[in-house]
Amino acid sequence: MKQPALKVTTPSERELVMTREFAAPRGMVFDALTKPELVRRWLLGPPGWTMPVCDIDLRVGGKYRYVWRNADGREMGMGGTFKEMVRPSRLVATESYDDHWTGGETVVTTELVETRGKTTVSTTVRYATREARDAALKMGATKGLEASYVRLDELLTA
Amino acid sequence: MKPTSYALDATFAALADPTRRAILARLATGEASVAELAEPFAMSQPAISKHLKVLERAGLISRGREAQRRPRRLEPRPLADATDWIERYRRIWEGNYKRLDAVLQELKDKQRRTVDALVDEGKPRPKKKRRTR
Repeated sequence: MKQPALKVTTPSERELVMTREFAAPRGMVFDALTKPELVRRWLLGPPGWTMPVCDIDLRVGGKYRYVWRNADGREMGMGGTFKEMVRPSRLVATESYDDHWTGGETVVTTELVETRGKTTVSTTVRYATREARDAALKMGATKGLEASYVRLDELLTA
Repeated sequence: MKPTSYALDATFAALADPTRRAILARLATGEASVAELAEPFAMSQPAISKHLKVLERAGLISRGREAQRRPRRLEPRPLADATDWIERYRRIWEGNYKRLDAVLQELKDKQRRTVDALVDEGKPRPKKKRRTR
């Protein structure tokens, strides 16, 4: 089965929006996004990382804490506080990395819309400052020009 | 060489407008004059020129030397910096969401088995079970 397309757009200078459809009702998707025993099975990032810490206190004002570890024992941690929680349609949380590579607190808004048993999840990441963008850029490698031409159409039609 | 954050801000600001994205899409097929660029849009040449100035400041386009036409052309470098950043992000999340698909499939299977078990309770078991949902 082909996986649904993940759309990534940049609607404003400080925002990044990801949209993806999932073949499940939104109550189920909401659980998979918020129950630690489910989250730690998929929210792993690049290959080779595990998630030894995944604590989620799912209520407005509640905190969450994630720690990832790679094969070399290197760890990366982050956490934040839930600002809004409307099960199963909406979640707003702050997000801050331990080493502050995002240059401050980021606000992540997750919205779930169900249509005919399928759920579209859109995640809006709003960076705190220009430095946040700086740091995000440093994480990215600059590659060949020719490859970017291939992606150009995608970006432009996004 | 690393682009500055200022440059990247300018790139993203320039890309945030649909007209400017359309202009870039047009220039991706080859250079064009201001008049040629204005044609497909319901916009005056000065309005298009304003958009072109934003794109030029962001380093996304440049001007040719031809005195009269001054054709604009696409400059790939800043766009490459911006798309690399997005692409890297996308790849990580594609991996995450693929695993999430598998978790959801498992939850659905589990739910179906639970419902089936409840339906089956107290019923004589048919020899061959075939269920459709």
